Amino acid sequence: MNAMLRWGLIFVLIGLLAACAQPTRDVSEAERQAAEVAAAEAEAEAEAAERARREAEARGLGVDRDLSVDPLDDPDSLLAERLVYFDFDRDAVRSEFIPMLEAHARYLSRNPDARLRLEGHTDERGTREYNLALGERRAQSVRRIMNLNGARDTQLEVISYGEEMPVAFTQTEEAWARNRRVELVYEVRR
Amino acid sequence: MKLRNLQVWLFGLLLLAAGHAGAVLEVTVTEGVTGAIPVAVTPFTWEGDGAPAEDVGRIVGANLARSGLFEVLGRERLADSPAGPDDFLSEQWAAIGAEYLVIGRLRPDGERVLIEFHVFDVLANQRLGGFRIPVPPEMLRRGAHRVSDIVYEQITGDRGAFSARIAYVGVTGRGDERRFTLEVADSDGANPRTLFRSAEPLMSPAWSPDGRYLVYVSFENRRSEVFRHNVETGARDRLASYPGINSAPAWSPDGRRLAMSLSRDGTPNIYIMDIDTGALTQVTRSNAIDTEPAWSADGETLYFTSDRAGSPQIYEMRLPGGTARRLTFEGSSAGAAQVSPDGKSLVYVRGGDGGLRIARLDLETRQGTLLTRGPLDKSPSFAPNGSMVLYSTTERGRGILGSVSRDGRVHQRLAARTGEVREPAWSPL
Repeated sequence: MNAMLRWGLIFVLIGLLAACAQPTRDVSEAERQAAEVAAAEAEAEAEAAERARREAEARGLGVDRDLSVDPLDDPDSLLAERLVYFDFDRDAVRSEFIPMLEAHARYLSRNPDARLRLEGHTDERGTREYNLALGERRAQSVRRIMNLNGARDTQLEVISYGEEMPVAFTQTEEAWARNRRVELVYEVRR
Repeated sequence: MKLRNLQVWLFGLLLLAAGHAGAVLEVTVTEGVTGAIPVAVTPFTWEGDGAPAEDVGRIVGANLARSGLFEVLGRERLADSPAGPDDFLSEQWAAIGAEYLVIGRLRPDGERVLIEFHVFDVLANQRLGGFRIPVPPEMLRRGAHRVSDIVYEQITGDRGAFSARIAYVGVTGRGDERRFTLEVADSDGANPRTLFRSAEPLMSPAWSPDGRYLVYVSFENRRSEVFRHNVETGARDRLASYPGINSAPAWSPDGRRLAMSLSRDGTPNIYIMDIDTGALTQVTRSNAIDTEPAWSADGETLYFTSDRAGSPQIYEMRLPGGTARRLTFEGSSAGAAQVSPDGKSLVYVRGGDGGLRIARLDLETRQGTLLTRGPLDKSPSFAPNGSMVLYSTTERGRGILGSVSRDGRVHQRLAARTGEVREPAWSPL
């Protein structure tokens, strides 16, 4: 939005307020002040919107130039889910995560240049090196399902961090359950 | 117990140049033992100006107490130290219940300090030995550890391990602020030095048999790779970076080979690398997880963790690659085996109702003994004389180190003042 447009908007707002006030033909001082406040607020809002747009553009997220929204950015899409959780000392993917993995596999299949890193993690109950291997096995389980649904091997990278990168730090079943996971990390989106 | 009377002169302690100071570990004895040998260690007298930099007598006493074999008598109970070895009166020490007595003095000698000390068998009314150790003044603490080794050997007949060092992984911060360090400290946690820092995890430090190198797993390139690090020069090189995981490095007793777990062919198997040529030999061929290899003392057998029968358990395999035989049957899981220096037993992590605990397995009788109470005790490492085991444990959710005597009777904790410490590895002597 350029400066002229912004001033134009402010004049329109003031004009509207004036129009509202006109029938009485008696614009009180209080009403005049209220109109001024509203105009100042409108200007501040317009400035904030402009700032946000410039910042977004700087980050490469200029949505006004790109009419098709990346489905990876759609919070209502299955693609917004990027975490698969596992049972203790198990690498089998639970059925509740299959639809989400199928959606990511379809996305990869439609976007051959996209690259996905599958990061396997475990809880702390187990020896460290065994956990490193278990984390890899979990990430491999996820990779198999994505392969079966059209993702190419070259698009997928399997990495294990074992128990070294927990997200929950208490020694409780809840924390351990959150740490037993595979994270889907897009390195290249499309 | 050996009764010897000898005069030994020791020169040229191998000392580490002091580097970057890391996090100091604080030691607390959490569980002592009755029936330990009562020993009196008098304050070592200082014959120079001012005060000595270290209380050598106190360091020696603390070391002996930590081994679990000795009850070190409190200084308030001690008689005056005899002025010299000829003034020793056994009745005086027998009266306070001491079975052994250590006296010593520190004497400036040019650029060095001479630590002179004597060990007496009170009940036999006999001097076991007198010793003199020259050290640079700033190395008094290392000298005190050498004194402890000699006293330990004079009384027990076994080598002391107080001069050995410990390596471990330090962790500070959380989330994006997490930092990992590889640290090396004295066996009592003093004089810590940071060898390497990383924003990505560090794992599994293991010493070369000559004590010059550490190998470890680093994620600095966002995946597990095995690095070798020269402890004195800081030079490091990457030994393993195959596709998949590169982990669990263990040095062969002859120092020429490295056993590792690699998943380059899809599943983690045990491989042996010739360190000079880089050539790999595959040792296990299973579709299960095979990891955490440990060498027997003679270098002819590997012990390793495998979940080929469902749960992780410890197996042994004769080299170059025979049939794997399962060794552990107690508990719901077993892993992270380390072989005792005499080759006769293993310490390992046993899983069960009490969580994860450190256990010892006698390789002849196949009898297992639990050494710790859990619930999250891991990464055991034998002292180079087999007298103690260091391991990772937790205290109020924070990672600290624990030590337990070989018989499971004496327990101690070593905690960093800030952050967490884990994965201890005791250096060779």
